[in-house]
Amino acid sequence: MKIEVNAMGDACPIPVVKTKNAIRELNGPGVVRTAVDNEIAVQNLTKMANQKGYGVKSEKEAGGRFYVTMTIGEGAPEPPEAETCLVAPQDGAKQRKVVVAVSSAQMGSGSEELGRTLLKGFIYALGQQDQLPETILFYNGGASITCEDSPALEDLRSLEAQGVEILTCGTCLNFYGLTDKLQVGGVTNMYTIVEKMTGAGLLVKP
Amino acid sequence: MEDKLIFCKGGGCTAKLGAGILSRVLDRLPRGPADENLLVGYDSRDDGAVYRLSDGLACVHTLDFFPPMVDDPYAFGQIAAANALSDIYAMGGAVRTALNIVCFPEAMDLNILGEILRGGAEKVIESGGVLAGGHSIADSDVKYGLSVTGVVDPEKMYRNNGGRPGDCLLLTKRLGVGIICTANRVGEASPEALAAAVQSMTTLNRDAADCCSRYDIHACTDVTGFGFLGHLHEMMDGRLSCRIDWKRVPYFPEAAAYADEFLLTAAAQRNRNHAGPFVRFEGTPFAVEEVLFDPQTSGGLLAALPEADALKLREDLRQRGLPAEIVGEITEKTGVEILVRG
Repeated sequence: MKIEVNAMGDACPIPVVKTKNAIRELNGPGVVRTAVDNEIAVQNLTKMANQKGYGVKSEKEAGGRFYVTMTIGEGAPEPPEAETCLVAPQDGAKQRKVVVAVSSAQMGSGSEELGRTLLKGFIYALGQQDQLPETILFYNGGASITCEDSPALEDLRSLEAQGVEILTCGTCLNFYGLTDKLQVGGVTNMYTIVEKMTGAGLLVKP
Repeated sequence: MEDKLIFCKGGGCTAKLGAGILSRVLDRLPRGPADENLLVGYDSRDDGAVYRLSDGLACVHTLDFFPPMVDDPYAFGQIAAANALSDIYAMGGAVRTALNIVCFPEAMDLNILGEILRGGAEKVIESGGVLAGGHSIADSDVKYGLSVTGVVDPEKMYRNNGGRPGDCLLLTKRLGVGIICTANRVGEASPEALAAAVQSMTTLNRDAADCCSRYDIHACTDVTGFGFLGHLHEMMDGRLSCRIDWKRVPYFPEAAAYADEFLLTAAAQRNRNHAGPFVRFEGTPFAVEEVLFDPQTSGGLLAALPEADALKLREDLRQRGLPAEIVGEITEKTGVEILVRG
């Protein structure tokens, strides 16, 4: 679920108050994107997200408009009580943005057959976690995992249905002749891959 | 009710421009020839300007005005006046004259203006000064304050940068009035918290200054728009450091609770951006950090003085009913200018 909050022209603390109300409305995991018109409001919203352990990113658009996007994970629905907030930064570590990068059709080095089985198991287990990754990136040998005949297609579709973004490197699909065979998720480029990896709170490579 | 909403849009010292952008502009002003009688001017980050008239006599000039931070016009008048008068006390001076500065919408109820000016006039009388005139402008929003003239013996004047290593730092009022007024603006402050904040803001620093005058004050400032840490940073003057024990800093508990609800002002974040690089927090709760950056309207005096004097001064202040506390000490300059710990 995603809620858009318009706080353009609002003085602090109104953007924070509006955003808190939207998070309350989510009543669970989801995304709240708040539009504001000044950098200080971005900083105050970011400060709140960091204290609460929400994923947060901000972007500036032309015309003096800023967007602050908060990702509220499982288990952190409401702004907690004042007392517990003092230790929130530690709890918050659990809520950091997880990005998984799959660079091969196998997990680990050694037996190829075992490696393929392990990777299938890894993707299955990803879907069973309390906190799902925000994005799974597939590139080089990993590109085949999102294509026809991959043993992990069902698990990946289930992850995608739960809101996990699945992206495969377009150059890699092209190189391996898999462009028409992509079965799940979208195609991406190196710019986005770099952005996702550098923006991750935790980058997981199986 | 509609009038009330228009009346209070979030003012007080939270409406101040940030120190960072301000100095960029001030640094470029032409100065003209130096005047040796200007003892404190632009080059200082002190509270008021001080000009020597003769040996033993200098006048202190200060000016402060801002939009309302509370809904009650009479309380706003008292607060704005107490805040403006405070700069004289922070310099160790005595108030002589005050002039009203007023912006007021033509269409608004004139009784509101009357209440603002009544609150201000009462505070000028309480300060021992004379209200000598003023200037008013028709404007879209309400603003009020005073231009105040005081006198001081240049030998006894308090600068804000005269602190010495070993001095204790003493604060005479609780922090957090900015956060409480902000919470009130969005309907989240309790009536008790607001009443306590208003009571603090309408209290003149006259008694505090009077108590200080009996001790060897090395440096003094009043805590206003730049927040406790912002003013403390100015007090360190680039040549001193200090340690603050946050558990001893007097603040309104509700202010910390509202900070935990992220009812934060833009001004507090500007203060954090400005002074934050000079501060290291160790084991300090987030809410207390916010309180320490919170812009204060009509805040207390922050004085640096030897420990023995500080202990006596604290007792004097408490006998006058002020929540004074020794909050830290000045040290030789170290790698961290302001260390805040529990």
